[in-house]
Amino acid sequence: MTQPIIEFEHVAMQYGDNVVLKSIDLEIESGKFYTLLGSSGSGKTTILRLMAGFLTPTAGNIYFEGKNINNVPPEKRRINTVFQNYALFPNMNVFENVAFGMTLKGKSKREMTEKVSEMLALVKLSGYEDREISELSGGQQQRVAIARALANEPEILVLDEPLSALDYKLRKTMQYELRNIQQRLGITFVFVTHDQEEALAMSDWIFVMDDGEILQNGTPVDIYDAPINHFVAEFIGESNIIPGVMREDYLVAFAGKEFENVDGGMRPNEPVEVVLRPEDLDLVDVSEGKLVVTIDDESFRGDYYEITAHDDDQNHWQVQATNSAEVGQRYGLYFDPEDIHIMRLNESEEDFDARLEQYEEEEAPDASD
Amino acid sequence: MHQTKAFNYSVPYYAWLLLFVIAPVILLLFESFMDVHGNFTLNNYQTYFSSGTYIRMTFNSVFFAFMVTVITLAISYPMALIMSRLKHAQFWLMLVILPTWVNLLLKAYAFIGLFAKQGTLNEFLTFVGIGPQQIMFTDGAFMAVAAYVQIPFMIMPIFNSLVEIDQSLVNAARDLGASSAQTLRKVIIPLSMNGVRTGVQAVFIPTLSLFMITRLIGGNRVITLGTAIEEHFLVTQNWGMGSTIGIILIIAMAITMYLTRDRKQGGK
Repeated sequence: MTQPIIEFEHVAMQYGDNVVLKSIDLEIESGKFYTLLGSSGSGKTTILRLMAGFLTPTAGNIYFEGKNINNVPPEKRRINTVFQNYALFPNMNVFENVAFGMTLKGKSKREMTEKVSEMLALVKLSGYEDREISELSGGQQQRVAIARALANEPEILVLDEPLSALDYKLRKTMQYELRNIQQRLGITFVFVTHDQEEALAMSDWIFVMDDGEILQNGTPVDIYDAPINHFVAEFIGESNIIPGVMREDYLVAFAGKEFENVDGGMRPNEPVEVVLRPEDLDLVDVSEGKLVVTIDDESFRGDYYEITAHDDDQNHWQVQATNSAEVGQRYGLYFDPEDIHIMRLNESEEDFDARLEQYEEEEAPDASD
Repeated sequence: MHQTKAFNYSVPYYAWLLLFVIAPVILLLFESFMDVHGNFTLNNYQTYFSSGTYIRMTFNSVFFAFMVTVITLAISYPMALIMSRLKHAQFWLMLVILPTWVNLLLKAYAFIGLFAKQGTLNEFLTFVGIGPQQIMFTDGAFMAVAAYVQIPFMIMPIFNSLVEIDQSLVNAARDLGASSAQTLRKVIIPLSMNGVRTGVQAVFIPTLSLFMITRLIGGNRVITLGTAIEEHFLVTQNWGMGSTIGIILIIAMAITMYLTRDRKQGGK
């Protein structure tokens, strides 16, 4: 396995009695797009600041290419930041902002001009060199901030919720472009966001955080398909979470029935939570359904109908369907055994990964590092 | 309707401006064209520009005001910078502002106690073996006291402009490889220039017309335009000449304001 470019070893951060990060362990490999996903106050920005060097951990070690960098100041780290509010220097124009790092290193005028136009081309702002920062729109300022950070040729680019101030359409475009830039340059990106959709769309690897801890890390598909607990399942996308009992390996009981599934490795008759994603559920004829539900409500969402229903045990179900359903009518609810995901209560991430590896031979070979 | 209402509320302000700003300036201008007997004349201006004394006095004023401003700035900028980073910044700012509540005359007398032949400072100099020096009535003493009096007016605007700088800009500079010294030079100082400009205006212009301190501490060896105006109005009773110097002073202020004006945002 290649050496990680950044490694956190039992890193903790606290201000007085206020613990912001409990013991964090993580590894970042070179050339990938990482996302720290969590709600505000989860500690994701603190991790970013520790990486960039604006904070020193109160406990634990941070390594950059194997060397401890706990006390290395930000200007000595080959890590650059795109700040949430862009932090462009208002006393300089676009060229001077992008060339700031090179000016400090005393690069030649010709070299700077070349690099700046290359970077501005990369973020699609060619010809904007002489503009003042105050003349730019939010999206353009965002691009200048990215160009400025990349002009320094960092090993790692860390981005602190850079898209949160942009409107929906622009955010979509920037997501695509950021991913594109990352893949073209092959630089490691560490992206912080609270938007799960953004995280799923852009990342190679996601760390889901809550309350100063990493709850789960994995590829977007792994995390979406196999959330470790209730919090992650709720946070990443919509889900139906139903209490159930694991009768034996590959057999789970919920909503008053027993179903074949693909999970195992639990005690017989262990109480569990069952996750079913709304888009994995189909409404069919009552006779063909695995469960029978009554439709409560339906709302049109453009590309699908969001339908809420309840079964005979009064469990509530969310279904995403392409066809409209009639409110008050009874339908059959159909899903495949692979659509059922089982979550044990209070399972640690190591146990979870080990169990998955054992029981999911055919998929997710990189579920654990 | 709304317009008339807004106008009604603004009447006191316009009245104030008219009575206490515009009228005095017009009177001053009018008076500057009068001789001692109340006849119209251009002599005052002719005297001002032809006699070397007034020109030298003006040059002196500008020179001392410039020196005092430079000294004040040299002390105030680092002080404001340090204060803006302290935990209880508002408390320290309070300590800086407090002396401005004390009457200028009292402060001047306090300095006489410090600088006099048998004053505290000379006692100290004798104690360390240098022996008593003539401190009172020197240019140095005048500049020291003037700078002391003006420091709060320089610190306040600089402090405010420093506090307003977004911390993420400082972080961004460090992030891009700037040392603390480079961050100060390339980001913090340029972004606090507005405060410096305001501070320079607040110190330079009043110092041009200081007269109390020139007399008490400078012992009339330092004669500024302010001293000259006081002399003409109170001693020689030549109001015309006093007004002429007043007009010169107003023009000097206008020039200072122009030179230290806020140029186009962010541009060079």
